[in-house]
Amino acid sequence: MSLLNKLDTVAAARKALLPEGIEVFGTPIEEVYSSTEAKIGNHRILFLGTNNYLGLTFAPECLRAAHTAIDSEGTGTTGSRMANGSYGGHRALERELADFYHCQSCIVFTTGYQANLATISGLAGAGDVVLIDGDSHASIYDGCRLSGAEIIRFRHNDMTDLDKRLRRLGERSRSTLIIAEGIYSMLGDRAPLVDIVRLKNTYNSILLLDEAHSLGVLGQTGQGLVEETGLIDEVDFITGTFSKSLGGIGGYCVSNHPQLDQLRYVSRPYIFTASPTPATIASTRAALKLLHDGVELRQQLWKNARQLYSRLCELGYQLGPEPSPVIANILDTPQQALTLWKGLLERGIYVNLILPPAAPDGKSLVRCSVSAAHTSEQMNYVGQSFAELRDIIFQ
Amino acid sequence: MASNYPDILQKLYHHLKQFTGPDVEITPQTDLINQLAIDSVKLLNLIMEIEDEFDISVPINALADVQTVHELANLIHQIKSAKQ
Repeated sequence: MSLLNKLDTVAAARKALLPEGIEVFGTPIEEVYSSTEAKIGNHRILFLGTNNYLGLTFAPECLRAAHTAIDSEGTGTTGSRMANGSYGGHRALERELADFYHCQSCIVFTTGYQANLATISGLAGAGDVVLIDGDSHASIYDGCRLSGAEIIRFRHNDMTDLDKRLRRLGERSRSTLIIAEGIYSMLGDRAPLVDIVRLKNTYNSILLLDEAHSLGVLGQTGQGLVEETGLIDEVDFITGTFSKSLGGIGGYCVSNHPQLDQLRYVSRPYIFTASPTPATIASTRAALKLLHDGVELRQQLWKNARQLYSRLCELGYQLGPEPSPVIANILDTPQQALTLWKGLLERGIYVNLILPPAAPDGKSLVRCSVSAAHTSEQMNYVGQSFAELRDIIFQ
Repeated sequence: MASNYPDILQKLYHHLKQFTGPDVEITPQTDLINQLAIDSVKLLNLIMEIEDEFDISVPINALADVQTVHELANLIHQIKSAKQ
């Protein structure tokens, strides 16, 4: 029984923290009505935590492409590309993503998590160092662990700290992979890419930027932080996901380093995972075109994000450091966060709840993700709901 | 700058005090997780403090074998000794 005892400990901790009968994590969704609305229990709710930044999950172009692909190529590939081959869609999407970033090479992966797992563990190995931001996503931590490289953290977005840690490495900084994110998923803030690139060049390191939350959100054509800062040629590897702005599932890595293609032969998460389904690839290709041309979608997204951020600031909520489509309400205790989360759900608004130790600095988060598809009325209603709950939360 | 084991242990006690009440005694045998309730995130943040205190790099992979104060002090000692 000792093998299973640790899971009993998890169950006890969960029971102590969360009330009976409420599925806070993995809440059952009964029906999905649109990119912003669904049914939970018997109630119609507003999605405000889904990372559907451009609202493309029901875009007719994507639906049509997925239907056509499933009819012509079937429901799945039933195996890895290494063993079962690369479909035309896989290869076409890789060319299209490489063109989108004006890069030489691209590899497509089955999930965004896997994109980081496969890329990091393929690039770094025993004897190398990976230097990662303290607020990095779990996929980055897990990719680093799988690589066997030494993992060093620097304080979140603290460039003096990154400089100090690179200096300590001495000559080893040349075999160091620095990893940052375009927009951080916890607090919604951007990486200080100009300073990271300066340090990367000073210490002759390699830089990987994860644009999971910034693809489609930043830059004129939606490339992400690399486009907003004009630094695409300074970033060695860019990873990202299809499951946010592109409304599907999957991930990618693009680079101008010719070595990227060799990851196909050494990266175990790539080699041993079944390839993306034809429908997923087809909808992603259609969504990528919409994302590239989606200047107005990005304008609407940012209008909604600034409106909600500003309203929550006025109400006195403690938020992440800058406006962004990821808006994190930072709360001192799990109880406050749970009360806010429940209060919002009772008002028909479904958001993310993040409790310690998953949230930074021992705090708890109630995280909203804004979409271009949210209407002005929906944003006003969200603001009104937060206003109603303020006195209950901070009494 | 401290580089011998007893000095490292003393400095480590100072950093670990933030996780305990004033009358809790920390010894080399104190278990970081079970007695000081240092969760995974607190441990990673503690490591950054330790790196700055001792001017070393502590790979977080090395923490898999660390459970007690002694084991952490020993790891720091080994890294500092290898650097000198």
